[in-house]
Amino acid sequence: MTDDTIYSQILDDHYREPRNFGRMEDPDVQVTETNPTCGDTISLFIKVKDGNLAEISYVASGCLISVASASILSEKATGSSLKEIRTMTKSDVLKNLGLKLGPAREKCALISYDALMKAIDRYNSS
Amino acid sequence: MDIDVEEIRKHFPIFDRFRRDGIVYLDNAATTQKPREVVDAITSFYYNSNSNVHRGVYRIGEEATELYNHSRENIASFIGARSEEIVFVRNATEALNIAANNLPDVVGRDSEVIISRMEHHSNIVPWHIASTRYGIRVKMMENLPDRQITWEDIEKNLTEKTRIVSLSQCSNILGTINDLSAIGKRLHELGIIFVVDAAQSVPHMPVDVKKLNCDLLAFSGHKMLGPSGIGCLYGTSEILENMPPYMGGGEMIREVYENGFTTADVPEKFEAGTPNIEGAIGLSAAVDFLKKIGMDNVRSHEKELIKYTLEKEEEYALESLHSYGPRNPDIRAGIYTFQMKKGDSGKPFGNYVHPHDISHLADRIRGVEIRSGHHCAMPQTVALGTYATARASFYIYNGKEDVDTFFDALKAIEKKMIA
Ligand SMILES: Cc1ncc(COP(=O)(O)O)c(C=O)c1O
Repeated sequence: MTDDTIYSQILDDHYREPRNFGRMEDPDVQVTETNPTCGDTISLFIKVKDGNLAEISYVASGCLISVASASILSEKATGSSLKEIRTMTKSDVLKNLGLKLGPAREKCALISYDALMKAIDRYNSS
Repeated sequence: MDIDVEEIRKHFPIFDRFRRDGIVYLDNAATTQKPREVVDAITSFYYNSNSNVHRGVYRIGEEATELYNHSRENIASFIGARSEEIVFVRNATEALNIAANNLPDVVGRDSEVIISRMEHHSNIVPWHIASTRYGIRVKMMENLPDRQITWEDIEKNLTEKTRIVSLSQCSNILGTINDLSAIGKRLHELGIIFVVDAAQSVPHMPVDVKKLNCDLLAFSGHKMLGPSGIGCLYGTSEILENMPPYMGGGEMIREVYENGFTTADVPEKFEAGTPNIEGAIGLSAAVDFLKKIGMDNVRSHEKELIKYTLEKEEEYALESLHSYGPRNPDIRAGIYTFQMKKGDSGKPFGNYVHPHDISHLADRIRGVEIRSGHHCAMPQTVALGTYATARASFYIYNGKEDVDTFFDALKAIEKKMIA
């Protein structure tokens, strides 16, 4: 096995330069999620405009998978309608990562997804 | 070192796969591999003598009962106990739950129990549950991460209401081996019940329950070459007789009436239902295997390995590597818990490798299989100032070359992940 197959180039790149990383001034909703088995946390911020996700950002202290997954998700979700995003499934997220994960690591990959879905639900019910 | 690692590996069929796939298994504090002797003992039971115990008076029924009883005797003598002082349970966790559930009725519900911060969740949560259910009070005392628990640590928390102290003999996260004999003696002088979590000590060093001066002691078979689903609660006859039964059903009764029952003698009093017969037989075979090596040799081998690990740590001097636990191999088990970080820039990349990534990369880069997370010891992990660490832990089939491979992996990880 070579070093390159360990984590794909794409994931590595997202981890090294996470897109949309950082806190947000005046978000419409802020959600914090924790994965109790490893203590990963993510705080996720969204701004909504005309039913679309106008802006998303997050700060995360987590493993490569969780940070890269948040980064990829943030790129995919920006600009889409909340309705559309809400139809995304967990397996869509895992597919986007292009990496076969064991059950423990799947939780890492999905922590940002859980946070985003919670944020949308909270926005819709407010 | 009196242990011939290569010779020992020949007894473990999984090493064929490890060799083929280049795996270095270093998560022995979680569970250990099984030698052929253990698997064979279980298979032989099912192929030759399978039947229920304590019931049939026919031949194979009696054989099964004999095998089961012999297993209990063998395991008891391994820790310096008598047969009737060993209750078979599923694991150390169940043993500690029995202690926490039943002791409040022995000591009174107005009592206090002291535990330490380095405990595994299975020596914390049962006491919290007992606190909610029975009203006893739980006090978690502080301990330093590089030092044994001392009498002074306990003394600070003692009140006239302290009736129970429950401590691990060896920490599964720091590797600290606590010197419990003297502590047990003093507790007994004060009439305090002493419970010992021996999940990380019985598999790795000579343990004599009488020398420990404990009343109850818990350990798991799967961490000492045995199968999973079997463990032991040791208890002095006095305490086991004083404790009410835990679960009701078959095996644990003497007689049952329309309006009540009387209990069987200990240890059966605590073994409701058909027991894990194969588990007891497998664990007994594991004990035979360990006895053949000698627990003194097991301990000195692991001491040598952790000493070598600490030397290698200094030799490699990796910039981001921080490890925990006592530096003195005399009081340190073969457990090495660590982090990789360098300052804090607030960004995920460049100064920190998450323990999950360490574990993932160590496996993918060098086949080194180590654990990551809070290791079921959240209070201690938080006290170390973090929420997750990585951990390598050794057993009799690990050699110095495994430690070398482990540090090679860490070096490669640092190079890849730390800017
Ligand atoms: C110190 C300690 N106590 C208790 C346990 C619980 O053992 P089990 O899960 O086999 O019940 C463990 C296992 O990780 C341990 O390391």
